[in-house]
Amino acid sequence: MILQGENILKQYHHKGETINALDHVSFKVNKGDFVTVTGPSGSGKSTLLLALFGLIRLTSGNIIFDGKRIDNIGDRQLTDIRKKSIGYILQSFALIPYLTTIQNVMIPLALEKIPGKEQAKRAREILDYVGLSDRMEHLPRELSAGQQQRIAIARSIIHRPQIIMADEPTGNLDPTLSLEILEFLKKINRENKITIIMVTHSSVAAGYGTMKLHLNEGKIVTSGN
Amino acid sequence: MTILKLVFIELWKRKSQLITGLLAITLGIAVIVAIQSVSVVSEQNVARNLDNLGANILVLPQGASIDDYYTSDIDAPTLPMDYVERILTSTIAGVDNMSPKLTRRVKVGDQSVVLTGILPKSEIASKPLWQSSGLLGAELKTACAPSQSANKSHGLEDEKLKRKAIDTLNSKDCLAGSQVAKRLKLSANGRINIMGKEFNIVKILPETGTVDDDRIFANLRDVQQLLGIENQVSAIEIMGCCNAISEGLLGKLRNILPDTRITTIGQIVSTQIETNQLMKKITLIMLIIIFFVGGISIGNYIWANVNERKREIGILRMMGAERSTIYKMFLLKALILGVAGGILGYLLGTLAGVILGPYLAGIVVKPVYIYLLWSVLLSVTISLAGSLFPTYLAAKFDPHTNLQED
Ligand SMILES: Nc1ncnc2c1ncn2[C@@H]1O[C@H](COP(=O)(O)OP(=O)(O)OP(=O)(O)O)[C@@H](O)[C@H]1O
Ligand SMILES: [Mg+2]
Repeated sequence: MILQGENILKQYHHKGETINALDHVSFKVNKGDFVTVTGPSGSGKSTLLLALFGLIRLTSGNIIFDGKRIDNIGDRQLTDIRKKSIGYILQSFALIPYLTTIQNVMIPLALEKIPGKEQAKRAREILDYVGLSDRMEHLPRELSAGQQQRIAIARSIIHRPQIIMADEPTGNLDPTLSLEILEFLKKINRENKITIIMVTHSSVAAGYGTMKLHLNEGKIVTSGN
Repeated sequence: MTILKLVFIELWKRKSQLITGLLAITLGIAVIVAIQSVSVVSEQNVARNLDNLGANILVLPQGASIDDYYTSDIDAPTLPMDYVERILTSTIAGVDNMSPKLTRRVKVGDQSVVLTGILPKSEIASKPLWQSSGLLGAELKTACAPSQSANKSHGLEDEKLKRKAIDTLNSKDCLAGSQVAKRLKLSANGRINIMGKEFNIVKILPETGTVDDDRIFANLRDVQQLLGIENQVSAIEIMGCCNAISEGLLGKLRNILPDTRITTIGQIVSTQIETNQLMKKITLIMLIIIFFVGGISIGNYIWANVNERKREIGILRMMGAERSTIYKMFLLKALILGVAGGILGYLLGTLAGVILGPYLAGIVVKPVYIYLLWSVLLSVTISLAGSLFPTYLAAKFDPHTNLQED
């Protein structure tokens, strides 16, 4: 087991009203799982990912990552876990606009202060892996949406994380490109035994899951394979 | 990829913004450098003029007048030679140079000449205190402290200074002013008999257009002996630093030199002080203005940059960048801006000084290289100070709120 949520409660207070974005959610994720999280808009999917990122604090409940509780540790340690063990893919690609493909991909390694030569070597390998060897010096705006998302994927795996969190990675892509990206994620999941947690609206995407969580109004309504 | 490289790439890709960000601080530094470059030269010019007068402070015996000093009557009052020692051994600062003199009108043949006993530099410089408070190392703070070295460093060969700088004036040697040499038909390496004592004429001094042209200079001790006025001098000429003068040098001298009359070459000194103080005030006001205007303008630029890059900050934080990394990113940028602003400002200001100096102040301005260092330091300080607050806010952003703003 790599990740476990126990009784996660996340409340937002908005104009005197209390919203239970996550309402006593519990689940277990094993190493190598491809988890898909589905549910209607506002059901708490992104909130769940943010909580797992360590980017928001829980109202109550525990999160256990790699055998350790991470819901009650300090910012610095959380940052460190994010830096070393987690990769991120967002719907909007989240690339840095003024950096070239290869520079964007090297960012996680730069944050870990890995020497420049090794950064470049690993970035080239990964870009080769995602099929962008011939686009290394391009800026994001000079690339198609599918290519940009592949950069984001390359960036999310370059530091060899244990787990990848993806929030609607195909949300901005047409069906063909979506399939391409999903195949990629599947490949990464199979070949590198990287656990993936993917939030999605698409039933096609949800079909890739080896474990499926369905949320509604902050509660897990179905969970299974 | 490093954070530093990221900062450079970002700066480079947004060059046009950079220029607006730098404008205020560059211009501010340029104005200060220009004012300073011009005023340092004009101060030196005033100082040089002063130096041509000989001194800016005169220590005279109580009953003497300035006229006595020039006319050198037979029975003009004198003051004890010890006073030189007193000044040297006191802790009074700001005495940059001094020259005790004994002057008397004497007869050489049927001609009347003024004989002036001076102490060559070697006899003063042997005093350790003189060296520590004197000419050595005075170069930088010399703006208003005319000294031989200051003038030399500006390539000026001032005859009068050369004379003052005469290291040795041996017993039985003398120097003759140009007028007196003409009248008495003296020539260098010749001899002259003054009151029964033979002197070697070491040199005929070039014309200066002052009373000095009518004088014969000999070693003070010889003159004292010859005139029978041992251990007395008729005046001590002092070259005081004008700042020290404005800070009460005269009063301090009066305290240790009783029964004397101590005056400044008044008008010149006071104009000089006024000019210097005005320049200082202008510079200070400018400093305060550019500190605020420059700081606010850079701060504003960084703040706009932070807002524009909110998402990027969110992405970096999500990927595991520490708050300190965000600090580093923006402060490095501010540092680079500061260095660039300092260098550009220095170049621009120096150029303005060199080009405008001759028109506005009628003086030739040369680049002052040390100002480059000050410009960069000042500019970096302003830039960092202005950026601190926006950077602090940037590092405090919640990563996720910025990620969701699509
Ligand atoms: N910062 C916040 N302050 C107040 N309420 C919030 C905040 N963030 C989320 N919420 C609320 O929490 C609930 C869950 O939001 P969340 O973003 O997790 O939904 P989601 O399932 O990701 O929806 P979508 O499919 O539209 O992305 C929503 O009702 C939302 O309004
Ligand atoms: Mg969402």
